Amino acid sequence: MQLSPQILDSLRQVVGAKNVLTELEDLIPYGFDGTAAMSQLPGCIVFTQTTAEVAAVLKIANDSRTPVVTRGSGTGLSGGSVPNPDCIVLCTVKMGHILEVDRANLTMLVEPGVTTIQVFEAAAAVGLFYPPDPGSMKISTIGGNVAENSGGLRGLKYGITRNYVMGLEIVLPDGEILWTGNKCVKDVAGYSLRDLFIGSEGTLGVITKVLLKLIPKPAAKKTMVATFAAMDAAAQTVSDIIAAQIIPCTLEFLDRTTIHCVEDFAKVGLPLDCEALLLMETDGHPAAVAEEAAKMEELARKNGAMAVRMAKDDAEAASLATARRSAFSALARLAPTIILEDATVPRSELAKMVRFVAATAKKHNLRVGTFGHMGDGNLHPTFLTDERNKDEMHRVHEAFREIFEEAIRLGGTITGEHGVGLAKKEFLPKFAGDAQMRVMRELRKALDPRGILNPGKMFD
Amino acid sequence: MHCGMCLPTCPTYDATKLERNSPRGRIALMRSIADGQLEATKTFADEMYFCLGCLACVTACPAGVNYAELFEHARAEAEASGVLSSPKRNFIRRFTIGWLFMDLRRLRLFGRALWLWQALGLQWLVRKSGVLKLMPARLREMEAMTPTVQSKLSHQLIAPVTPAAGQKKYRVAMLTGCAQDLIFSDVNRDTVEVLARNGCEVVTPHAQSCCGSLHAHNGEWTLAQQLARRSIDQFPPEQFDAIITNAGGCGSHLKHYAKLLAGDAAYESRAHAWDAKVKDIHEWLAHIGIESPKATAPPQTVTYHESCHLCHGQKVTTQPRALLKSIPGVKLVELPEASWCCGSAGVYNITQPEMADDLLRRKVGHIKTTGANVVATGNPGCLLQVQNGCAREGMAVRVAHPVTLLAEAYRAADRN
Repeated sequence: MQLSPQILDSLRQVVGAKNVLTELEDLIPYGFDGTAAMSQLPGCIVFTQTTAEVAAVLKIANDSRTPVVTRGSGTGLSGGSVPNPDCIVLCTVKMGHILEVDRANLTMLVEPGVTTIQVFEAAAAVGLFYPPDPGSMKISTIGGNVAENSGGLRGLKYGITRNYVMGLEIVLPDGEILWTGNKCVKDVAGYSLRDLFIGSEGTLGVITKVLLKLIPKPAAKKTMVATFAAMDAAAQTVSDIIAAQIIPCTLEFLDRTTIHCVEDFAKVGLPLDCEALLLMETDGHPAAVAEEAAKMEELARKNGAMAVRMAKDDAEAASLATARRSAFSALARLAPTIILEDATVPRSELAKMVRFVAATAKKHNLRVGTFGHMGDGNLHPTFLTDERNKDEMHRVHEAFREIFEEAIRLGGTITGEHGVGLAKKEFLPKFAGDAQMRVMRELRKALDPRGILNPGKMFD
Repeated sequence: MHCGMCLPTCPTYDATKLERNSPRGRIALMRSIADGQLEATKTFADEMYFCLGCLACVTACPAGVNYAELFEHARAEAEASGVLSSPKRNFIRRFTIGWLFMDLRRLRLFGRALWLWQALGLQWLVRKSGVLKLMPARLREMEAMTPTVQSKLSHQLIAPVTPAAGQKKYRVAMLTGCAQDLIFSDVNRDTVEVLARNGCEVVTPHAQSCCGSLHAHNGEWTLAQQLARRSIDQFPPEQFDAIITNAGGCGSHLKHYAKLLAGDAAYESRAHAWDAKVKDIHEWLAHIGIESPKATAPPQTVTYHESCHLCHGQKVTTQPRALLKSIPGVKLVELPEASWCCGSAGVYNITQPEMADDLLRRKVGHIKTTGANVVATGNPGCLLQVQNGCAREGMAVRVAHPVTLLAEAYRAADRN
């Protein structure tokens, strides 16, 4: 069923004709997000600029039972903003204002289309710090970060997006506007609806404002790269650092395949002669930083590190982190289709999981690059494939099924930071169990009785 | 791969926030055409010409997607489909790309005529007379952008062979370009001087060809191939240590003749040799190491604007800055968003005036914040565009090629 001219007309009346796109040449570029091998043409794209416009658009959609897929910059990695056939794509990138930076309460109020890096920079400009840093932070929007509850490289010490959301303005499917949360550090009045909407993947409401928590900027930091001849030695180093009760802000790891791709792109001088690389960063009080960095270096060497290189300044540290953030995309240098997942396990099970991924790839005759946030157990096994090769795609799917089952068996999760979306939908029931699935379904039904918000995502 | 890492670096996406106007969106459209889901429509063709071709996305792309090639093919596809065809457009293209820029003697003749118009004061007269007010606003704006043609062109300033000053260490060819030859023949002369000063014998034949960059970027592959063959014939790569260009836009094209001539049995292997020899002037000078000018020049605050095809197309970024820093008296101030397109982009400021103007305003705004009295940049299009932008704002800023500043420093030292 195509979108009727009446619906399109009403949408144009709300947001203006130039903010409703229906030409095929405009629909095609919105048919996908950052996820590989998933696309679907929408019915139209609507750009909203105010909460009132969002409310009016949702009302039109709800009255006509038209599906709505909310989208920011379209960098998601679970297919969460891949359109439904003939849906309205509600794009929030034109809602891009930073409304307030409150230095007395250490908060920032923003519209959903503000990019993560803009939040980071606006905080830094007044000496404050917004830690969540997903790989796509240069373009990902804060609305998308909240909807997906995005993580990043600093999750280990600073947590994830959820830990920095103090309040949300939400438009419900029938157009009603709801505020949840506030600037109070403590607030136990009623259910925490705010937490329900964080990570709800566009299925419960549309985020139109976000009140973020900021923290003081750490006074010092040290960044280093350690290289290893074997993966296990890197994993053991991570376990030893955690066991020594050091919580670095970053403990990232790259395997050989990933190192080569990243270096090919970023040219930051990563060593190419090792099997595994750890990017480690500690921040905080200068004295504590110096002590922790020395201890981390010592532990790396104790585990047989081939080399430990300390970044000489902030610029080098930043270029190393940027290089690491490019890992996912850089792997595409090797194959046309790159499918990554984010199976996550308790840190104590990490070495086991890394070995399991390698064995599974071998068993299914697949090329894999693995990297990820070793410090928080969040791995990114990435299969290098070609979506035109049906047989290989089938094997990729099988391999992921086994990896997810193993993650669950080890007490982990099917997704640490990318969300369920379409990519992990079929694995959710097994992971969540009957009781959780029932409660989630009932919650969704209560908030979106007509099922217009991102239908078919997360679960049916 | 469609991760979106290119989006924040794309000037057109930044302006409109529409996916269609982004590298990722444009590639999606190209792929749809390849897959048969979309025809090469007028909307598609317009989109390919809305793209600046600045290649910032290529620098940003971790996956190494070769947008430059995709984009040139897409424009060729757009031209082949004929969807943009109109009598006026066809005439302009046939006259400029198909005739004027195919033979530099014609271009020089045209340049001469324009020079006469300017030198005899006719341009001044017409501008003063108010006749221009009768023209449509767009034509008036374009008239104001008309570059001033130099009184002497490259071949009148430069000998066919300039001997190395002192010991000859290298033999290089120097491409004088087309627009560069008409408007910045002095930059060509400065380039030859600097090369000779640093041990290079410089070969600069009087009759040269356009490199074909204009043609390739505008969907005219066959003409571009024709010009590439002509250049290779004129400058057999095995006879030179390097083939030098001082125009970022040309260099970015000149280094890819092998792709252009792939499958051409007579030229393919020579084109590979050619590609390896082509060097941007900054790149070459950094490679051979230059004599530092003696400290005599007055102090000047310089900021550096990166030509897109020099930084994104050729990855030449550190060398021009190092060259500028080597000049005594130069204080180099970093320009915010130095590698963001100024809107010149070949003929973009003529074909897409509004977007080009927005970009120019943004660039000039940044230049103001640096407090520099000189803007250095290594491409004729950028030189003209930034000159126009600064003049329009009444800024007392000089816009110059880095090599010109270096040549002046040598001359100043010699005088003392």
